[in-house]
Amino acid sequence: MISRQYRDDVGRAAADSFRLQVVAAKETGTDAPIKRIENCSFLYTRHLNMYFVAMTRSNVNPALVFEYLFQLVKILKAYLGEEFDENAMRNNMTLIYELMDETMDFGYPQNCAVDVLRLYINLGNVKPQDEPEPSQLTSQITGAIDWRREGIRHKKNEVYIDVLESVNLLLSSTGSVLRNEVQGAVQMNTKLTGMPECKFGLNDKLVIDKDKGDGKQTVEIDDCTFHRCVRLGKFDADRTITFIPPDGEFELMHYRVTDNINLPFRVIPAVQEENNMTKVSINVKVIASFSDQLFATHVVIKIPVPKNTSKAKIKNSFGRAKYEPEQNAIVWRVKRFAGKAECIITADVDLMPMTRPKPWSRPPIQLEFQVPMFTASGVHVRFLRVYDKSGYHTNRWVRYITKAGNYQIRI
Amino acid sequence: MHELRMELHSTDRAVKVDAVKKVIASMTVGKDVSMLFTDVLNCVQTGNIELKKLVYLYLINYSKTQPELTLLAVNTFVKDASDSNPLIRALAVRTMGCIRVDRITEYLCDPLSRALRDEDPYVRKTAAVCVAKLYDIAPDLVEERGFIEILHDLISDSNPSVVANGVAALSEIAESSGKDVMRITASVLQKLLAALNECTEWGQVFILDSLAKYTPADGREAEGIIERVTPRLQHANSAVVMSAVKVILSYMELMGSQNSDAIRALTRKLAPPLVTLLNSEPEIQYVALRNINLIVQKRPNILENEIKVFFCKYNDPIYVKMEKLEIIIKLVSEKNIDQVLLELKEYATEVDVDFVRKAVSAIGRCAVKLERAAERCIAVLLELIQTKVNYVVQEAVIVIKDVFRRYPNRYESIIATLCDNLDTLDEPLAKASMIWIIGEYAERIDNADELLETFLETFEEEDPAVQLQLLTATVKCFLKNPEDTQDMVQRVLDMATEESDNPDLRDRGFIYWRLLSTDPDAAKIVVLGDKPVIEDDTFKLEPALLNILIGQIATLSSIYHKPPDSFVVRRRAGLPTEEDDEEDDDDDDEYDEEVRDSSAGGVDLLDMGGMSVNDHKQFTPTAPMTRVAGPEKAGGIEVFSGFVQEGGKIFMELEFSNVSAGQDISTFAIQLNKNAFGLSPANQQVIFQPPVSPGSSGTTRVEMVMNPAMQVPTPNGQNVNPQIQVAIKNMHNNGVFYFAVNLNFECLFSADGEMEKTAFIEAWKSIDDRHELYATVSDLPADSTSIEDVQQKFAAYNIFFIARRPVPNAEGQEVVYFSMKSVHGMTFFAELTFKRGVNAAKVCLKTEATSYGGLAKSALESLLRSD
Repeated sequence: MISRQYRDDVGRAAADSFRLQVVAAKETGTDAPIKRIENCSFLYTRHLNMYFVAMTRSNVNPALVFEYLFQLVKILKAYLGEEFDENAMRNNMTLIYELMDETMDFGYPQNCAVDVLRLYINLGNVKPQDEPEPSQLTSQITGAIDWRREGIRHKKNEVYIDVLESVNLLLSSTGSVLRNEVQGAVQMNTKLTGMPECKFGLNDKLVIDKDKGDGKQTVEIDDCTFHRCVRLGKFDADRTITFIPPDGEFELMHYRVTDNINLPFRVIPAVQEENNMTKVSINVKVIASFSDQLFATHVVIKIPVPKNTSKAKIKNSFGRAKYEPEQNAIVWRVKRFAGKAECIITADVDLMPMTRPKPWSRPPIQLEFQVPMFTASGVHVRFLRVYDKSGYHTNRWVRYITKAGNYQIRI
Repeated sequence: MHELRMELHSTDRAVKVDAVKKVIASMTVGKDVSMLFTDVLNCVQTGNIELKKLVYLYLINYSKTQPELTLLAVNTFVKDASDSNPLIRALAVRTMGCIRVDRITEYLCDPLSRALRDEDPYVRKTAAVCVAKLYDIAPDLVEERGFIEILHDLISDSNPSVVANGVAALSEIAESSGKDVMRITASVLQKLLAALNECTEWGQVFILDSLAKYTPADGREAEGIIERVTPRLQHANSAVVMSAVKVILSYMELMGSQNSDAIRALTRKLAPPLVTLLNSEPEIQYVALRNINLIVQKRPNILENEIKVFFCKYNDPIYVKMEKLEIIIKLVSEKNIDQVLLELKEYATEVDVDFVRKAVSAIGRCAVKLERAAERCIAVLLELIQTKVNYVVQEAVIVIKDVFRRYPNRYESIIATLCDNLDTLDEPLAKASMIWIIGEYAERIDNADELLETFLETFEEEDPAVQLQLLTATVKCFLKNPEDTQDMVQRVLDMATEESDNPDLRDRGFIYWRLLSTDPDAAKIVVLGDKPVIEDDTFKLEPALLNILIGQIATLSSIYHKPPDSFVVRRRAGLPTEEDDEEDDDDDDEYDEEVRDSSAGGVDLLDMGGMSVNDHKQFTPTAPMTRVAGPEKAGGIEVFSGFVQEGGKIFMELEFSNVSAGQDISTFAIQLNKNAFGLSPANQQVIFQPPVSPGSSGTTRVEMVMNPAMQVPTPNGQNVNPQIQVAIKNMHNNGVFYFAVNLNFECLFSADGEMEKTAFIEAWKSIDDRHELYATVSDLPADSTSIEDVQQKFAAYNIFFIARRPVPNAEGQEVVYFSMKSVHGMTFFAELTFKRGVNAAKVCLKTEATSYGGLAKSALESLLRSD
């Protein structure tokens, strides 16, 4: 659709071989995302039905290439809309060339910060008088803080903090934990004036132990990664998180916790194949183990049944449950699941006789849910301090949500 | 088109912009709009930066096809390069660098020189990259104008983006020139480390990658740098993390064993970020996993307690699952085997066939690796066999054979279960494995002969691998139980020797026949003898290669698990100069006689005599030299290597260029790893006479001899690995470095490879067409398809002309036949097809040494290409 050759070593003909061997082969995501065809390496990712491909003959840094491709897609989303498609691409050809030229030079990625790019690459939407002075612009593009421009003003100074956790769980059929971790992200939406200096604190065990503790529960964080605005040297030295934030939404940090996780749901399954594989009897108990002040929403429990299920007689105390043949599962949906509540579902499943009986692979039970104001890891925000020259007051809003990642129980 | 042209000349700016946009849209979809060149160029006279960008975009695209016209734009570039708006200055410099027209470069130098010292950082950072662009076209010019020194100054620039691009440009020039232009001194090092905290994520990657190429003076310096680099492990950008990991791993080597505490602390620090990478996008996970594969081989303790994170999620993409499985097998130990087995058993019930097979095979590999857990692994395999899923059973049988080979006479009790599943086996490899087991344990299987009998019914239709195993198994069975199987063995030997046209099968049949008829006791010793116990070394890399690859973490090399030289074809900067011509002249004098000899020997050129005598080139074998190690890996020496045969002896040619070894170098010791050819140096000492002083280079030759003990056998049906791994010890400072060089096979063709025409025809016909190898070599140098020239060139490499004939019914096409024989005695037969006026050739190669066929074929291809 569109291509930009930053170097001389790969030609358009090479793109054809990719088209023939990957695009035309209807490759559906089972092949590795790096492919070598005739001494040329292709690194690719996808957005909708479009391939974003980088080609090279050199020994490049593949992580760098992918990160750039992801950034490019992100930039295009910002300019053309989240769900931009082929048509949007074709209608904005020159804009895309401009963006590609500005974000990469001779194969070396340059500034990719959308906010800054918007200052000088726009479809003529910004009136000339709003455009900053060129020299101010260039110092912005090349500056140490390229993610935020100077002179931002907000009437109300506010910060929204969302702590989103997703719990991964894999339980064996005997009830032992095979894998259990929480992946958390702290997302922020900042509306702050000037160039504020922020300091952010979680109930991180390492920090609080050092401060002799304040009696509250602490969390042992295995590892975390930070948005590039965070001063990593400072974090490495004393684990304080300091930064000048970008304006608007961004992801401050990701973290991973594997110890002392509060599982929001416990599941006790009993699934038996009976009468020489003509019947399966199911009895599953689900217990919400979080506080009774809270409740979970969008709870979906998928209990797999064999492919040759003919009918299922289901009994459950609340929510709706039915056999969904296309999923090969009994799907039980509960809109609102109160804390400390307990529920049992039983089902008698009749199977159709098969000419060549095949053993059933017994896939795991899967759970989906959201629990607002709850963190499975126990992480909570201790403080966010904002310092600015003008000394304004900042309003802070904190939300917590725990979702199911891969929450599976083998049967 | 006319309308567009009018619009381009419009006075209304909006119309103009739209017109240029239309032109660019047509260009993008591949329409030729080059005829509008001057019209578009006219639009560049504008203060509007949007329009300017569009025109420049057009210029870059057509500069190659319209170099003359591009020169018309030079004035604009020069003018724009001193515009008052820094964005326009930078744009001009950036675009000029992209225009690869030689004559533009002279105009580029002055503006570039100014831009490098521009007051605006945006212009300076753009100019820094432009130096790398210019170096690609005109390296001499860059050196002449002192741009490399200016880049050095930019490392101390106050602006982090400028520093980052300066580093990127210098690293690139260092890489392509092989010279150490980066020159990291103590003060440069401090500046780089300081910039690391300030610059963008990309800049951090450039700096980290350049640090990885630097060798710290001692362990303390290494430790100091590592300390400054470790905070990067927390960066959200995975490229930064990977590059930081690379620096730390490379430097850890230097810290040595005296500092085991620090190393242990680092080992602990590296695990969490590596695990975190596995929570990124699948593409990044893939990159991370390929690299982790290397890391766990080099430093297994980093992730020894983290095996759980490599357990596959139900919805991981297949390519991620496959890589995870590889790492699980590498990390499996007696501590975690039970957990791993449960996992692998779970995977074996999933839907994707390839993944399931790999999981089943992994269980077998665990058994081979961990003696104490072997029994548990086998129990799981048996359980899986009970599922009766066809491909699961077959894969299980294949790995169980390996388990038997690892632990002879220990688990025969399961043979009965295997025998129950004979019907399911329909793949050659599974059948062959099962038959091997039957033959090996014939005395414990009551009806071994009956089982073999059922397989024998379809003997002729079986795959060669199955036939070979059947032959061997039947002979084993006969040796163990001669009374009942006399008939059967006779029948198999008949089929193998008389009815088969597979040479391997025939040969093996004859050998058994001879053995059995002359000395049955000897046959027992040979056929039933103890076999070497196998180990689980599947997918394990050679230490020398692993060391190379650890230095290549976070590059494509680490994805392919191949050294960069094996897939990067780098033009050496600059074009060939007079030097090369001179060399040719010298060679002509030296080898004149030899060439004449070979052309006199039986080559029938009479028909063509008059036409081609005049400008015949003279050919002489030369070693194709490739760059195999850079100064950063080889203690300041850049190494080129290749192989050549001369006077019946095989030489490894070495060219050492003393980039920064710091003294004259002359004495080295060489050692070769075992290789597919059995090559080993006749003498370990390597002397450069005269010594190579810093800044210059020298060549020498190492005579090679064939040593069967050094030969790694290549399994049947697999292609030979041409790679030869070399270790060199610098006797001046006892430094050792490693590199790998691919053997150019033509150097192994021996002088006695000539054949009679009739013998050739017979040999050609006797080889099954299935073993033919084809290649088309196109884009040959224009004057290299003269058959006479090819003949002469080939003769110089012991590739002997047999005959040539025109192709009937195809005007202008001719086929030429050649024969060659390697010093090991393998023969190769080639048919080359040429067509008059087409600078391409078709190559068809036949040989019974199928494993080496591919190499011989590519030798012919590269000789055709060489001049």
